[in-house]
Amino acid sequence: MIDWIQLLGNAAQQILSPVTAAYALAALGLAIHFGYTGLLNFGQAGFMALGAYGYAISTLTFGFPWWAAILVGIGVSIIFALILGVPTLRLRADYLAIVTIAAAEIARLMFTTNTFVEYTGSANGLQGYKGSFEDVNPIPAGTYGVGPFTYNEYDWWVRIFGWGLVIVAALITWRLMKSPWGRVIKGIREDEDAVRALGKNVYFYKMQALILGGVFGSLAGMVFVLPRAVVPSNFQPTLTFFIYAILLLGGAATVLGPIIGAIVFWVSLSFFSGFVARAVEVGWLPFMSTVQAGQLQFILVGVVIMLLVIFRPQGIFGNKKELAFVK
Amino acid sequence: MPSSTPQKTTGLHVGEPAPGVKKVDPIIVADHIKRSFGGLTAVDVAHLEIPRGAITALIGPNGAGKTTLFNLLTGFDKPDTGDWAFDGKKIAGVPAFKVARGGQVRTFQLTKALGLLTVLDNMKLGAKGQSGESLAKALFPWIWRKEEQEIEARALDLLQRFKLDAKKDDYAASLSGGQRKLLEMARALMSQPQLVMLDEPMAGVNPALTQSLLDHILDLKKEGMTVLFVEHDMHMVRHIADWVVVMAEGKVVAEGDPHEVMKDPAVIDAYLGSHHDEDLGELDPSITEAVKELADDDADDVKH
Repeated sequence: MIDWIQLLGNAAQQILSPVTAAYALAALGLAIHFGYTGLLNFGQAGFMALGAYGYAISTLTFGFPWWAAILVGIGVSIIFALILGVPTLRLRADYLAIVTIAAAEIARLMFTTNTFVEYTGSANGLQGYKGSFEDVNPIPAGTYGVGPFTYNEYDWWVRIFGWGLVIVAALITWRLMKSPWGRVIKGIREDEDAVRALGKNVYFYKMQALILGGVFGSLAGMVFVLPRAVVPSNFQPTLTFFIYAILLLGGAATVLGPIIGAIVFWVSLSFFSGFVARAVEVGWLPFMSTVQAGQLQFILVGVVIMLLVIFRPQGIFGNKKELAFVK
Repeated sequence: MPSSTPQKTTGLHVGEPAPGVKKVDPIIVADHIKRSFGGLTAVDVAHLEIPRGAITALIGPNGAGKTTLFNLLTGFDKPDTGDWAFDGKKIAGVPAFKVARGGQVRTFQLTKALGLLTVLDNMKLGAKGQSGESLAKALFPWIWRKEEQEIEARALDLLQRFKLDAKKDDYAASLSGGQRKLLEMARALMSQPQLVMLDEPMAGVNPALTQSLLDHILDLKKEGMTVLFVEHDMHMVRHIADWVVVMAEGKVVAEGDPHEVMKDPAVIDAYLGSHHDEDLGELDPSITEAVKELADDDADDVKH
């Protein structure tokens, strides 16, 4: 018999999981890029990888404290955004898409190659960089929480830190998008020549948006690796597409959309994978092996996202009115 | 048909009206502007001056290079050669956004309303020098809140004049084609420009809105702005323009008072071109229409 309590508990754990927080943060960055500014960034995984490696390498190789390591990660993502943006932001939107997906892959392959194994750990990645972050944990040792949400002091610290960052990033995004700056950004999404004709430096605004969303992406990368190791294969292009799925699920030009989208995505993914695995175990799906069951979860999530896009194309929080005028 | 007779500005030029004639007080002075696309020379203007404080129409058959010249003057396109000054400052090679900041604002032939912004947001975007448009200051609303209120008041005032105030909270995408033209013009005015450049302001506008658009353009002149517009509607050109510049095949072929210039053989050539000796029936109907309208208008003028 299927242990439903266990299954639902595992799914519920995803609500607070640092992975969910990381995806929410990365999706917020993408909301700034794609939802508000209209920049097709297909390399959010690259920003996350740079944040993660920037943090891990500066801690392990250079012995930086946690806060300096975070600043390094942010700095590296700003440089990455400048490298991507300087040649492409003057061109049509699709060029940025091509360049970002390629650049993210280049970054991942650079981290995977053996040439820099001393710093990057090559395909095995890096670990053991948590010390300085663990030291500033204000929570005394022990286990806290109720039901499925029971964690030790480090797990709580990572969750508080990750979700704290999500809240700060969401507040910044909300504030900016309600400001005249956000108005210019949204104008650029609609028609950049019109905005240019009104005396705004479109190139500069697009660069600012690319950097801001990229910094959110790099912070997401750090939150993603704090509870685990940095492994280059985690930063494949599929990561970017999961984040796009989350963004469209929640609503592209919204602040709460990416956050709730990330939660819905991970809770349903966890539920489906748990359900299918157990269903195979108890013989409900006799035609499937456990290995096949592991892949089925993505098919089911895909179906759910398709249904959402068909029946609620604006996403959970999107404005239905916006779609009435989509060409 | 326009009802009132607008006050025409005269005495704009020095000497005989001819292509490139000197103006008493030019706001734009352009020299040797040339732009070619591959083998096609779209614009080749030796000298052109646009008079300040007047309404100048830029006319010419399709493909004469009017819109290309517009794009060049506003920094949306770069010429092969050429130099031009706006209000005494050389602005050749200056990017479009800086040209706009300098007080020379344009609209587009294919209207560019920012569809998924509200009408009011479209308007507010037009205002220049907003401190809240800086990323750092945007985070602190108390820095720009007062400025924002002033901009909103100005935007509402303009929307009222353009009869769009009832639509202020709707998406610009929900406006009709004519209303979008009005919105684009009103938005351009938010930047308090010296020179307003309108690319076919009447194209696709419902006749019921034509009069109100014409009045708005005349109001711009009353408020001391200079207007340069591209138009195919000869009635409109005749009715509101103080000065007409005629382009054909990239060159300025004639200039002058709207009533005089239409009689210029170069203009008739420009519109009839190499088909001069052929049966008019074989020509593009829009051109024969335009020529007939010119003739009708002249007949009317003689009667009055």
